[in-house]
Amino acid sequence: MISSLFYILIFPGFLFLSVFGLIAEYVDRKFYARLQNRVGPPWFQPLADFIKLVSKESIIPKDANPAMFQLAPLFALTAASVSILYIPLWGISSLSSFSGDLIVVLYLLTIPTLAFFIGGWYSSSLFARIGSVRAVTQLFSYEVPLFIGVLTAALLADTWSISGIAAYYTNHPWFWLFNLIGFGVSLTALLGKLEKGPFDIPEAETEIVAGSFVEYSGRFLAILRMAINTEMVVGASLLAAVFLPFGLMLNPVAGFILYILKVLFIVAVLSLSRTVVARLRIDQMIEFCWKYLVPLAVLQLLINFILKGVLG
Amino acid sequence: MAEEFRVPIGPQHPALKEPASFSIALKGEKIIGVDVRLGYNHRGIEKACEERTYIQDVYLVERICGICSHAHSTCFVQAVEEIAGIEVPKRALYIRSLIAELERIHSHLLWLGVAAHEIGFDTLLMFTWRDREIVMDVLAELTGNRVNYGINAIGGVRRDMGKDKIPEILKRINVLEERTKYYIEVATQETTVVNRLSGVGKVKKDDALKLGAVGPTARASGIARDVRKYDPYAAYNELSFDLITDDHNDVYGRTIVRVKELIESYKMIRQILKDMPDGPIAVKAPRKIPAGEAVSRYEAPRGELMHYVKANGTDKPERVKVRTPTLANIQAVKHMLREMYLADVPIVVAAIDPCFSCTDRLIELKDIDKKDSSVIDWQRLRQYSIEWYRDRGIDFKK
Amino acid sequence: MHPGKMIAEVLRTIFKKPATNLYPYEKLEMPEKFRGELKFYPEKCIGCKLCMRDCPTNAIKINKLADGRFEAEIDLDKCIFCAQCVDSCPKGALESTRDVELAQLEHNKLKLIIHAEPQKKPEQ
Repeated sequence: MISSLFYILIFPGFLFLSVFGLIAEYVDRKFYARLQNRVGPPWFQPLADFIKLVSKESIIPKDANPAMFQLAPLFALTAASVSILYIPLWGISSLSSFSGDLIVVLYLLTIPTLAFFIGGWYSSSLFARIGSVRAVTQLFSYEVPLFIGVLTAALLADTWSISGIAAYYTNHPWFWLFNLIGFGVSLTALLGKLEKGPFDIPEAETEIVAGSFVEYSGRFLAILRMAINTEMVVGASLLAAVFLPFGLMLNPVAGFILYILKVLFIVAVLSLSRTVVARLRIDQMIEFCWKYLVPLAVLQLLINFILKGVLG
Repeated sequence: MAEEFRVPIGPQHPALKEPASFSIALKGEKIIGVDVRLGYNHRGIEKACEERTYIQDVYLVERICGICSHAHSTCFVQAVEEIAGIEVPKRALYIRSLIAELERIHSHLLWLGVAAHEIGFDTLLMFTWRDREIVMDVLAELTGNRVNYGINAIGGVRRDMGKDKIPEILKRINVLEERTKYYIEVATQETTVVNRLSGVGKVKKDDALKLGAVGPTARASGIARDVRKYDPYAAYNELSFDLITDDHNDVYGRTIVRVKELIESYKMIRQILKDMPDGPIAVKAPRKIPAGEAVSRYEAPRGELMHYVKANGTDKPERVKVRTPTLANIQAVKHMLREMYLADVPIVVAAIDPCFSCTDRLIELKDIDKKDSSVIDWQRLRQYSIEWYRDRGIDFKK
Repeated sequence: MHPGKMIAEVLRTIFKKPATNLYPYEKLEMPEKFRGELKFYPEKCIGCKLCMRDCPTNAIKINKLADGRFEAEIDLDKCIFCAQCVDSCPKGALESTRDVELAQLEHNKLKLIIHAEPQKKPEQ
């Protein structure tokens, strides 16, 4: 009982995710700044932003629905945090696993997007409504490549459980190199889920101010930003666990450091892609996802089918 | 299925650098109508010009806009010199052209950065604005300030340029030219940028002529007009450069025109520095300008700028009127936004390079009781304001 | 078509020094002809008030304190640093310096009053 509470609240649960989320946000912002020949924020900037937001006045608009408006950030934060329990951080077993937890984790990662939609819609502000509708439209485009991409790795491992995937690839070293196309597709689709890079359409600053977050302020905005950071960490952990399952048999300390490095590497790749491309329009994004990402994901699926047949 | 609603872009909006109100009627994401309202930046500059002497007006007119300050100052000074019949020495004309081309470079680099920011490409913003600092440093060394240069005086220029500065300027222009060629590559080959800029904000040549577009906006629709070519002022009749036009008719074409104009500006600056004649930099101008009126035109980075000055023999002008290129281009914006999406509004508005501080001259009075609106001309407005104050006990005639 | 065209340049930029000037710790020096704060030489002033006539914002006022002694009152919040007064002065009593850090927290500190001390009578 005590140990479950420890796992849920401290490590690798809530506190660890929050701290790691702040570190990941710092790495993202500093890397982005250095790529643009700027200095970037100091290491304590995300923490300072969080403290500042919590100490400011939280305004609830008069026409908004107070219950949904306040609950939406909490839904996002909880759903993103819970999914860490099923992802193996190091070693080959996560805190609790069962067959099919890959699907559960993917489903839990969809909830933050729906929570942003609910929060934006019930804000009853025009820009928030446009932003939330865009968020859901974007959901229809990137979900399919993301799901197919992740499932191809599971297909090769012949199991629906993330811990099972980790075990399979540890027993067959170097097999994860077959999934590189799927890795690329999933990274691009993850950009859409995290609303970064060329797909930050729901919160396009120059078009609709802040999209669904426009009416949030004070501690609600602090929780929203924590939810976004947690989503980034959990998404990166999922990709690291499914597509980069090497070095899992090292001793805990080295394994933990390897895990941190893998996640920060994925965060850096996401930052890099945010830097070098402009923002797409929503119709261009739908076209891109269905014309290029889905065929690539299906191609990886075919490759894995054939490999499965050949390797047995 | 998709409902209709109105989105207010402006007066305060992160997409606009200056206040203007575009009220957009949307159906889903498609635009079905635009309502443009300007006038948020009206400062009464034309009236203020009449209460100051010509020497003071040179500085006031310069501060109509920060980015095209030399344009306004030169245009005004040219009009006054024409009324007074002053012959400006050659060296002054060359220095004026040099500062004009440097200002064009800084304005186009600024525009590139702002357009990149509007489509969400902040990296290009940071890079182009970093290179713009090189131009600002050159301008600070030549004139004494980074914006609002204050180099013009009636009858010539105020500061001279030493020959020892020339190699340094040429070296910096070479650096800038290399970087500009890289930005041309990025703007034409980067997939996401091309996708956002192409097919957006289309205006065909006949429509552009009818709507009165000027500057790069018109030149991107194939209209070959540039004040520097058909009505040369300062030293432009002795410089050789190409008139850049493009036939894409859309925002991509406008980007290409501006970036190629940068290359032409570098060519012109090298010619000016090589051929600058020696001589005096100013002639003494009288304080009282004889009666007369003049219109002077100038190719600002945004298009054709026009100043009208009427003098009446005293040392203060009787009437100054300014017509900026943004006012001519804003009519075309409504036409451009007809079939576009909401996401295209910022980049289409930014593509005409709007400078609303320059533009706001007109006041439209809406009578709430009678529910009609009229445009009052200046004489009646002045009379109305004198009576309004007199009713409250303040008499301006005293 | 080339998505991510800037990637090579951007990756090279990580190794360059940032283009930011860390302002209060590193100060930039303004070029020589920069028009900063005004400097007044009271001993050269003859009280012709040409600078007052030509100032676009009426930021400078010349007051007569005694015969041959003048003081200048410069309003730093009205001055636009155009240096027209520097050009108009026939005796060169005004000069532009390169000082730009002029911000104050109190409004009355923005008014500069400059005059020369009265000359002591030579000892008999």
